[in-house]
Amino acid sequence: MFKSLIFILTLFSLTACIFETRSSEAIPQPSQQLILATTTSTYDSGLLDELIPLYQDETGIEVKIISVGSGQALAMAESGEADVLLVHAPSEEENLEKEGIVINRHRVMHNDYVLLGPTTDPAETKDSSIEDALISIIESDAPFYSRADDSGTHLKELELWKDTGITTFPDAYQETGQGMGNTLRITAEKNGYTLTDRGTFLYLQDSLDPLGILVQGDESLENIYHVMQVHPDQSDQINTEAAETFINFFIRKDIQLLIKSYGFEEWGEPLFFPYLVD
Amino acid sequence: MELIWTGLLEALRMIISADSEVFQITWLTVQVCIFSTFISTVLGVPIGMLLAFKHFAGKKIILLVSHAGMGLPPVVAGLWVTMFLWRSGPFGEWQWLFTVNAIVIAQIIVSLPILISLSYSAFKKIDDGTRLQIKALAPTKPQSLLLYLKQAQFGLCAAIMAGLGRVLAEVGAAMMVGGNLQGQTRILTTAMVMEVSRGNFHIALALSFILMAIAFMLTFILLRFQQKDVTT
Repeated sequence: MFKSLIFILTLFSLTACIFETRSSEAIPQPSQQLILATTTSTYDSGLLDELIPLYQDETGIEVKIISVGSGQALAMAESGEADVLLVHAPSEEENLEKEGIVINRHRVMHNDYVLLGPTTDPAETKDSSIEDALISIIESDAPFYSRADDSGTHLKELELWKDTGITTFPDAYQETGQGMGNTLRITAEKNGYTLTDRGTFLYLQDSLDPLGILVQGDESLENIYHVMQVHPDQSDQINTEAAETFINFFIRKDIQLLIKSYGFEEWGEPLFFPYLVD
Repeated sequence: MELIWTGLLEALRMIISADSEVFQITWLTVQVCIFSTFISTVLGVPIGMLLAFKHFAGKKIILLVSHAGMGLPPVVAGLWVTMFLWRSGPFGEWQWLFTVNAIVIAQIIVSLPILISLSYSAFKKIDDGTRLQIKALAPTKPQSLLLYLKQAQFGLCAAIMAGLGRVLAEVGAAMMVGGNLQGQTRILTTAMVMEVSRGNFHIALALSFILMAIAFMLTFILLRFQQKDVTT
């Protein structure tokens, strides 16, 4: 019994030792870390998995990608928890820019939002304007699933509802409180309607059987991503130098071209359109 | 149902081809979980022993808190750890948020109450007769402590197993304080959540088989120690 107890303890402490050395090696110097707060849509689409390793190899700066809704990402900027942001909530971003919380803000890419619904389209929304489509969804009492998580997509959805003038929603309008991927899956499972960015839909299309794009192309459905850095005054730990190199990296021509080609092979169309090359 | 099959095949493929990322995630999971259970054990067992044998002021409150803490939702622990480790928080200078250290802290918080409460029960079960015998037989303090540990061996192993199970299963806190960073803080449970949100159910399922296999193996090892001859 004692032998075994000692054995367990040695095992434990050995692992502990390995673990200790590992973690001290793995954690780079503080100045070499950069926290990027970004949206679930850019993260779930796999674009950052492509770009960030390039940046890390180039600069030796370790990027911590925190994927949250745009609302939370902006809140992280306000409290100085993040160094750089890549988000898609333009009007909220502009407010922060005016207050001087974020600086060096650049438009990097865009794609568009689309209205998804079951291909049987019980609310007869197909090819109507987004405003009419939303009104007929509410009038026909068809289920609509809202992200309700303060993400860029959710904020856009609220903006669109505001344009329709609808203020009270029936029970068929439901809030998932989850990311884009999960909301799409719930919508598909429940045969409902939802608003999504095109990139995430293309990426997940295969697993979203009854859903199809019903409304697209409306000017108000543009989805614009900006990259920006947090003002050094927000926290004394903000890595301004690294943040600048990150912004410069994103607006560089070769990286913009990479964004353009991302996903083309797999989906036949780009998931994101770069802004600075065309 | 086909999914289970493809998931199982995917898991086997990952293991056989020694997929370096899966291996890294798995190894990190094992290290983090064993390490945090180890710390909880080292802290929890002596506290449990103290609570079982000594009388002191505030003992009842500690007992209450530790027993109630067994049901502490990991996200609550995660939220508190996050607040303390934020750059604007009291320990912001350490820059521990989104590192393995943060995961370990959160896991210790959720497993420590289990270790304290269950080892308290294990020591409490030693009957008075045995306690008298130990007092009479063991001339030195360390010897008597070892005898107590031996007597409580069964319950202590169960406590460690329960604590380990908790940290292996936990995902909310690891997600919140670790951030699921590739190559740094991604562990099996957070990787599964991510793969599900990306629609890769077969990969999530494959990871779940790996996780269950690990839980099975670790429990098997602990169970063997638990079932060893208690009387010698």
